[in-house]
Amino acid sequence: MAFNKDAHTAHISQQFNAELEAIKSHLMTMGGIAETQLHQALDALVEGDAVLAERALKADEQVNAWDIEIEEQCTRIIARRQPAASDLRMIVAISRAVNDLERIGDESSGIARHAIELANEGELPRGNNEIRQIGSLIREMVSETLTAFARYDIDMAYKVVKKDRDVDEAYKTAMRSLITYMMEDPRSISRVLNVIWVLRSLERIGDLSRNISQHLIYLVKGVNVSHSSLKEIKKTVKG
Amino acid sequence: MATLLTPKTLDNDAPSRIDRKSERQARDKNDRNKKSHSINIRSISRNSNALDLEQEKITLQVRDLNLYYADKQALNSISMDIPKNRVTAFIGPSGCGKSTLLRCFNRMNDLVDLCRIEGQILLDDNNIYDRNVEVAELRRRVGMVFQKPNPFPKTIYENVAYGLRIHGINKKRQLDDTVEWALRSAALWDEVKDRLHDSALGMSGGQQQRLVIARTIAVKPEVLLLDEPASALDPISTLKIEELIHELKKEFSIIIVTHNMQQAARVSDYTAFMYMGDLIEFGATDALFTTPQKKQTEDYITGRYG
Repeated sequence: MAFNKDAHTAHISQQFNAELEAIKSHLMTMGGIAETQLHQALDALVEGDAVLAERALKADEQVNAWDIEIEEQCTRIIARRQPAASDLRMIVAISRAVNDLERIGDESSGIARHAIELANEGELPRGNNEIRQIGSLIREMVSETLTAFARYDIDMAYKVVKKDRDVDEAYKTAMRSLITYMMEDPRSISRVLNVIWVLRSLERIGDLSRNISQHLIYLVKGVNVSHSSLKEIKKTVKG
Repeated sequence: MATLLTPKTLDNDAPSRIDRKSERQARDKNDRNKKSHSINIRSISRNSNALDLEQEKITLQVRDLNLYYADKQALNSISMDIPKNRVTAFIGPSGCGKSTLLRCFNRMNDLVDLCRIEGQILLDDNNIYDRNVEVAELRRRVGMVFQKPNPFPKTIYENVAYGLRIHGINKKRQLDDTVEWALRSAALWDEVKDRLHDSALGMSGGQQQRLVIARTIAVKPEVLLLDEPASALDPISTLKIEELIHELKKEFSIIIVTHNMQQAARVSDYTAFMYMGDLIEFGATDALFTTPQKKQTEDYITGRYG
């Protein structure tokens, strides 16, 4: 039974409708904050703006607060409503997505901290191109994941999963060139390591966005695609 | 029989030199493309412990069953297989025909005037609606428990022994043994063993219901029909009955009708959803409650407007 987008407005219990709508809109709010936090951290890094980086660190507190709040709402709905079928999958998917969003927030905080360090060192290190390039891929992924969730759009979710491959490729290429750079100029090692940590965080955020998209596919299709190949996921999404 | 996935079978598929933890760490650290394939994901097939109706032994087969009360059709061409040693739950809104269908299995509808039945129900390949079927014997093989506990106004012992006496068993030794076995099976023995010769009407509702179950299983039926067996009971007694159902399915095939969907989800292996006399969906309970295939099922189990 395919998932119906407006389904959570059709319960006999109006109260249950309201609870499901609330939890969904809270998830989108939390996603918006995490996305902004990522943008702030990346902009701070590229522009050497320590103040912006501090704001990104501050935003993580909000993300964490929403994490706890939404988890509680999920638990409450399970305890009081015993959701079934698509309602149950919605609660499970949201609970998992919240977890992943919280970790996206953590990784963004990590990036913000490195931005502060790099800003304090004054000089823009080698590797900025890589950060810009992978950063823009990641921004797209996070934004598309959230849009996909908001619209229950699994085609878009599939695109996110697919894009994660490009990120992984770009990450590997960047890693190779940064290693070469460190071998050529050992004095740069500590600064380039900072860049590597940032790329690592970006790559993790890509994975987490992909996870969220996979939770959405589970919610809509009822098939767990966590460990499926791209081909299998495509089949699930189109089928 | 569905094969259960044991940790052992998992280990067999993984090379022993790589323990799980390092495998997981490797998976986290490497990117997805390079994900170590030392464990074959396919081998941990998600469905390997899922129940599958096609793998089951079948005890009752319903073939094209139509049932009419006067000229009103209450069941529309129902066909289904009831698996052996499993709990099958019928759910659906009031008037959907689930109790009517349950009653067909031991011909309780024979008692209703104007009730007409077409089609077949096969118990071990014999149609229970054949002319030469003795209804009393059928009801011994297919026992039934109702919503309200209905103990006879006799002692606890005599309630359980009643069916045995009807079948001509009068030896005290044999009666004692069977009564004890039935009461133990119904998880009632410890509560009543010191007052077997008190009246059954002095028991609590939950005890009475378990007594009725003991009375039903004392004659060793093959199929146990439960019509809302816990709907008149408090939550603790309900849980005891549900626990009992879980134990009883080792020896009997159980069919339960319930209005309580969570109860169906808790106790049953297979669930049939009925609506307006049609069998809408019938499958493994796990699948039906997480990913129902039909919109009507989804709407009903999630409490939506039909």
